[in-house]
Amino acid sequence: MSTETDSVKVEEKLYYNRYVVDAGRPHVKVRPHEVPSQALLALTKICPAGCYALNDKGQVEVTPDGCMECGTCRIVCADTHDIEWNYPRGGFGVLFKFG
Amino acid sequence: MVEQRFDAIVVGAGPSGNAAAYTLAKEGLNVLQLERGEYAGSKNVQGAILYSDALEKLIPSFREDAPLERHVIEQRLWMLDDASYTGMHYRSEEFNEEKPNRYTIIRAQFDKWFSQKVRDAGATVLYETTVKELIRNTSGKVIGVQTDREDGAVMADVVILAEGVNGLVGQRSGLRDELKPDTVALAVKEMHFLPRDVIESRFNLKGDEGVVIEAMGSVTLGMTGTAFLYTNEESISVGIGCLVSDFKETGAKPYELLERFKSHPAIAPLLAGSEVKEYAAHLIPEGGYNAIPSLFGDGWLMVGDAGHFVNAVHREGSNLAMTTGRVAAETVVRLHRMRKEMTKANLAEYQERLEKTFVLKDMRKYRKIPAFLHGNKETLFGLYPRLLSKAAQTWFRVDGLDKKAKEKAIVSSFRQARTLRGMIGDAFKLARAWR
Ligand SMILES: Cc1cc2nc3c(=O)[nH]c(=O)nc-3n(C[C@H](O)[C@H](O)[C@H](O)COP(=O)(O)OP(=O)(O)OC[C@H]3O[C@@H](n4cnc5c(N)ncnc54)[C@H](O)[C@@H]3O)c2cc1C
Ligand code: SF4
Repeated sequence: MSTETDSVKVEEKLYYNRYVVDAGRPHVKVRPHEVPSQALLALTKICPAGCYALNDKGQVEVTPDGCMECGTCRIVCADTHDIEWNYPRGGFGVLFKFG
Repeated sequence: MVEQRFDAIVVGAGPSGNAAAYTLAKEGLNVLQLERGEYAGSKNVQGAILYSDALEKLIPSFREDAPLERHVIEQRLWMLDDASYTGMHYRSEEFNEEKPNRYTIIRAQFDKWFSQKVRDAGATVLYETTVKELIRNTSGKVIGVQTDREDGAVMADVVILAEGVNGLVGQRSGLRDELKPDTVALAVKEMHFLPRDVIESRFNLKGDEGVVIEAMGSVTLGMTGTAFLYTNEESISVGIGCLVSDFKETGAKPYELLERFKSHPAIAPLLAGSEVKEYAAHLIPEGGYNAIPSLFGDGWLMVGDAGHFVNAVHREGSNLAMTTGRVAAETVVRLHRMRKEMTKANLAEYQERLEKTFVLKDMRKYRKIPAFLHGNKETLFGLYPRLLSKAAQTWFRVDGLDKKAKEKAIVSSFRQARTLRGMIGDAFKLARAWR
């Protein structure tokens, strides 16, 4: 069972959703770092929208366009202060049609 | 933005904020409600089961025009291992009553409907407006909110924080702490569309009857969590959630977990041929009674998920949200009528009133459950579902083995996996936590 599900692409799931992206004003930012903390590394797996990824220098980057504003990353990194997290400006971000 | 001064400001237009704003407006108070989404519900996620009672206390005639999907006539509780499910089903014709007790709903649509009722009752509702923080006077009393609009400060006698689980306004105004990873669950969910008649034949339903399934076991890979599948009119809501601390520890990907659940042999045929139209994620406050923050202070009150009001065992949240929203508003109405100040001492009445409702009674009753579930996750969510399945299979398989030998095999499979003392201990701990 696991082999077939390992290949699931979160991008395909996000494709169903509607977003109003606030261009140039990301609401989630990763603080500059040399080596990511364990918490920050965990986000590359547990963000439900797959917004976090490692770059080729081994640092964690975020692209919050597909963010569903759940808050998980902020809570996981609360102690390490790796993240700056805000709601998007009013009217921007994810727009659930069903929820 | 708006010049006026208000009797009350409500932050958020989910069930708790809507219940509060509706109650205040109906009693003639001058209310401003602020919601960051483009429309009420655009940021909100639920399973979703609506419990009639809490809404009936606000809008007795809600059945006439609320967007209800199906009334629930059957509840299934499943324990899963990778190949099987063991479970309990309860279906009753008595749930086909004139005023059904539970309905499935689609939250974005339901919240829009509720928000219209709030506006009809006379509240001013501003969407696309994010509240940044609370404004206080020199003595520390909350006197308004700062929003992200131009000239975004608005003043009021009291602010009701109905901002949901993340509680950022409360946090950033120093009223509460950040959530702890072991007190919140992350849930992911999909909406699967199927023709009405397919749903009805798959679940053996007629008309607006509905079935809801809660599942636990190997689908959460040993993490503390549950999965669900609910029938709507022309769609099926399917989702799974586990504690954030467990996700952090295991590095499990939420969407892979959901795929695994969807491809389980008990679930896949129920979803076969469906068209997915949305993928959503949201947190659920699951820390229980001990995680409830301070609920009131000078010029402010906290309701719903912001106040951590969720009964995770019974999967109740929206009804606690509506009830706390209503009770907070009733407190404000009474103080307003008596021309009393919205001070901490006077607003304490909110908590006193809540003590008399099911909300705080249930929260207190289950206060030990979150720690119990979390502390015993391997046995509860992994071992026992597996053992149960094995026992059932041994019992039902006819293979020439005599019944006494079968009983022995079942008992010894349990004893091998968990000592008798361990099992008795688990039962004892559960009983104690439940009491
Ligand atoms: C997957 C899932 C399944 C669930 N299933 C059930 C179920 O079957 N039955 C049940 O009863 N409960 C269920 N719950 C719980 C239920 O959804 C919540 O308890 C309920 O939604 C809480 O209502 P609320 O109004 O307090 O918060 P929310 O519904 O979260 O509403 C908060 C509102 O405030 C707005 N907001 C937040 N911050 C700001 C700000 N700064 N400025 C302006 N607006 C803001 C948000 O956009 C949102 O509209 C479920 C939850 C989840 C995630
Ligand atoms: S808020 Fe949720 S969806 Fe958005 S980036 Fe953080 S973890 Fe991912």
